[in-house]
Amino acid sequence: MSTQEAAALAEAERAPRERRPRSGRGGAGTWVVGAYSLLALGLMLIPIVYTIVFSFNDARRTNIVWRGFTLDNWLGICDDARVCEAFGNSILVGVTATLVATILGTMIAIAIVRYTFRFRTLVTVLLFLPMATPEVVLGSGLGSQFVNLGVERGLWTVIVAHIMFCISFVVVTVRARVASLDPSLEEAGRDLYASPAQVFWRVTLPLLMPGILAAALLCFALSFDDFIITNFVSGNAETFPKFVYVAASRGIPPQANVIASAVFVLAILIVLIAQLSAGFRRRRLAKSG
Amino acid sequence: MAFGAFANTGPDLSAAAPRRRSYVALILLLPGVLYLVATFVAPLVSLVLTSFKEPGGDFEVGEYVYAFRWENYTEAIGRFGEIFLRTFGYSALATILALLISYPLAYFIGVSLRRFPLWQSLTLILVIAPFFISFLLRTLALKAIFADEGPVVPALQSIGILSSDQYLNGTAFTVVLGLTYNYIPFMTLPIYASLERLDLRYVEAGGDLYAGPAQRFWRIILPLSIPGVVSGTLLTFIPASGDYVNASKDFLGSTNTVMAGNVINDLFFQSFYPVSAAVSILLMIAILIPVTAYVARSGSEDLL
Repeated sequence: MSTQEAAALAEAERAPRERRPRSGRGGAGTWVVGAYSLLALGLMLIPIVYTIVFSFNDARRTNIVWRGFTLDNWLGICDDARVCEAFGNSILVGVTATLVATILGTMIAIAIVRYTFRFRTLVTVLLFLPMATPEVVLGSGLGSQFVNLGVERGLWTVIVAHIMFCISFVVVTVRARVASLDPSLEEAGRDLYASPAQVFWRVTLPLLMPGILAAALLCFALSFDDFIITNFVSGNAETFPKFVYVAASRGIPPQANVIASAVFVLAILIVLIAQLSAGFRRRRLAKSG
Repeated sequence: MAFGAFANTGPDLSAAAPRRRSYVALILLLPGVLYLVATFVAPLVSLVLTSFKEPGGDFEVGEYVYAFRWENYTEAIGRFGEIFLRTFGYSALATILALLISYPLAYFIGVSLRRFPLWQSLTLILVIAPFFISFLLRTLALKAIFADEGPVVPALQSIGILSSDQYLNGTAFTVVLGLTYNYIPFMTLPIYASLERLDLRYVEAGGDLYAGPAQRFWRIILPLSIPGVVSGTLLTFIPASGDYVNASKDFLGSTNTVMAGNVINDLFFQSFYPVSAAVSILLMIAILIPVTAYVARSGSEDLL
């Protein structure tokens, strides 16, 4: 392309914008939309702030009225042994379910993007339906199956249920990553005499890792906060959300707010760090390239 | 693309390597697919079978035998017909409210803040922030805010919107508000994903052709963001219609706001499994019909 042509193209691209200097949507409309959005965001933060503030409440049995600031709840999370145990159970369930669901889901995602197979539509529908079914139906279905089979319900049935609803979300998240994988990178590995296993472990898997990690985080978050399905399949076992539900009629101990707040802060930090580091990487790439 | 909203937005699928046919696919698929058959399909079958069960020989509560008892369904519809209507009313209302709040918000983040990536990321984190704090605790926080002694009720009473003997908790107002609040991120994120990719040159072209702001919105911006609106509507409506936490009496509801989920839950834990299963099946059918019609109408055949 000659320099004149390039200049003409650049001119053509610039021209319309110069003729219409940010009219209409760039003006008052943007400010109204902006103010509305900030108001909505602000209101949505109120229940979160409330939950965090009341983790510092010097409450005794019911944590509804503000009685003064204290750090006791944060320093003695396990003063309420049931909260602590429920929290431990939730972590155990979340980690186990995430591990299994992420492996199963990643395998399906690779198969869907990379291979042709019979009953493809059927598999797609099978993956879609758990996401389109209300949780209460998933929960009561699995619950009644356990009742019909005479299975004792407990923590392991909760893990079984959480793996089930996580798989589809893992597939959806990892699938996009597999699809955007540049096949020439794996070809290069093969050209350099890597065995199929080496290509997978040293090229494919590391490249898929960001997607797999995102899926795992999503799965853990869904599992950790799930109450509706858990309630039907947990028997006497108690996860953190189930503890909160059961305690709601008698009053929630402030330690529950501490756990929720700590998890919230941790999650926000992880997301912030991920976002910022991605931003810096992009800027560095833009500079060097 | 209905549920693609949660996926990372990567390049088109067509850019990937050509698909092969191999036994490897079977090995990759089999464990996960078998797992879903055992824990999703089988329970649905079990639910259908349970919904036709009849009381066992000794008529003890919780003892049922396999049968073909249609009356479970007529009983479910007869006793809970009104509750089904209420469930749909509440969840439809919550979905519409979530859309009205989410669209401008998603536009602001996805389009107005496009030139400020840092602010875009930060506001996006604020949108998903509610996901990270316990669903039940934030609902209880709403309950405290709308309690009779909370900040809202006395304020509304002093300006005369509520009379001194009126309250908010336990009414349709708080239940719909709770449903809206709890599921709003599910609406905002997919719409944001659509608007973030919106090519603004189309909007400029519309302006060049003398379209006013309203026309540019209704005929360019909105149609281009419909995939996000469809995903968001489904992701909000489906969980909202099955929710029973917001409507339960320990949270934002009362006996006057019972939803289908509460019925399923209560009957299940009173060991009335067949009718509970019948209500579940009816709820699922009642949701799948409009959802399928909606997806078909908006032309998203590719579900995942």
